[in-house]
Amino acid sequence: MAIQLSRRSFLKGSLAAAGAVAATSAPAAAVKGAKGGRQLATLIDINKCIGCGACVEACRDANSEKYPEAKKPFPKMYPNRVPVEDWSDDQYASDRLTPYNWLFIQEAVVDVDGEERFLSVPRRCMHCVNPPCVKLCPWGAAQQYKNGISRIDKDICLGGSKCRKVCPWHIPQRQTGAGLYLELLPAFAGNGIMTKCDRCYDRVAEGGVPACIESCPEGAQIIGPRDEIVRKAHQLADETGGYIYGETENGGTNTLYVSPVPFKELNKAVDKGKGRPHFKPAENTMAKANNLVLGMAIAPIAGIAAAWGKQIVADNKKKEKPEHIDREGTDHDHA
Amino acid sequence: MTTRNAAIPPVRYGYGLLMFLLALTGFAQMPIFKRYYIADIPGLGWLAMFHVTHYLHYIGAVLILGLAAYFVTAYVRTRPERPKLTPTGYLRAGLIGVILVTGLLLAAKNFPGYVFPPAAVILLDLAHLGSVFAFILTALYCWAFSKKWIDSPSKGDVKGVN
Repeated sequence: MAIQLSRRSFLKGSLAAAGAVAATSAPAAAVKGAKGGRQLATLIDINKCIGCGACVEACRDANSEKYPEAKKPFPKMYPNRVPVEDWSDDQYASDRLTPYNWLFIQEAVVDVDGEERFLSVPRRCMHCVNPPCVKLCPWGAAQQYKNGISRIDKDICLGGSKCRKVCPWHIPQRQTGAGLYLELLPAFAGNGIMTKCDRCYDRVAEGGVPACIESCPEGAQIIGPRDEIVRKAHQLADETGGYIYGETENGGTNTLYVSPVPFKELNKAVDKGKGRPHFKPAENTMAKANNLVLGMAIAPIAGIAAAWGKQIVADNKKKEKPEHIDREGTDHDHA
Repeated sequence: MTTRNAAIPPVRYGYGLLMFLLALTGFAQMPIFKRYYIADIPGLGWLAMFHVTHYLHYIGAVLILGLAAYFVTAYVRTRPERPKLTPTGYLRAGLIGVILVTGLLLAAKNFPGYVFPPAAVILLDLAHLGSVFAFILTALYCWAFSKKWIDSPSKGDVKGVN
């Protein structure tokens, strides 16, 4: 498998290298221009993607040092229902997301203006504007940076997979037998580490661009400040009669797609399932709870008002009380 | 006297129920209830639904914030003699304070655009969880040894707080 991939890589290499040289300088400038707290987003033009897989290989090359190092045999976990998820013997699987493959090409045959067309769609983490994987991680292992990148710190993650359950696309993937849980209570808590695309946070921090963007021979992907990327997505959709995904999904993501067919159709056509995310509408999963925060602001005011009011009523009663007690007491004594 | 004592249990039970709801939904933020079959118990499947337990935890937070503000105000404004908190009363109040402050900061973090440094998030998570554990242990100790929140030499004085 590894040899096949290398050969394919070699064949595509010349095309990819030529594209990379042309593609690198402009996005790098966009990344630098985004400094100052603005979130960076990427735009993937599905029309341009030829499915060569250069981005998949570049992602692997750039990030392989971050991949989990599974220690075998895995510790026995209790209770028995705890699933072992092991991709360490299949690290070159590239037809889905795995702990060792953070980007894959999803394929679809669709009808575009009466013609059957084959579409290739690079899929990876959507990097939500308000990522539930980060915000709901119970340990702070999933983190978000001001530039919009979300990543999972493999040194802290315990592999509980909550991030995958709360992700509308179930992106993060687990590798059992790696990470901090081995040092704690491996039998009773944790189950490895969760992994996903970190949009090459280290390269971006140094002013570079993610490897997938740099390697694309077709320039199918661009990066820049989110407001600019959203504007460009609309411009592209207007020019091509395309459709946008990611602008509002889950409250907005930092990965936007422009497709020649509606995403409802694309979603029907792609192979979905574990490690193969959908293209369905995604409601803002954090919004409902965040709306309650207004209640958290009002509740103390209501509590103060109630106690204050009660005290005023009690004070007023006290002012009237002495005469009342005296009269009652006198009456009682007489009785 | 009879009237006042009759009014206390609903508040006490309500407070206990609220703290139980908060603890339960708080622990449900960790992926443990499914792993340990608790969510398999009929009627408890919701404990494995993170967005549901998160929402319920926030509802509990709204109620406890209102309740805390009520009791703090009642305590401060009680006249002429303010009742005195016992040492365990101070401890419990302090722990609830830490839980509320860290919880509010964690809730603020969950808004879009609020990006806290990773180390700060970890610290907040641990402080929130740690103070909850400390509060539970303290509350159990107080329950087992009948420790009260306040010294009540004159029961009439504590009406506002009790």
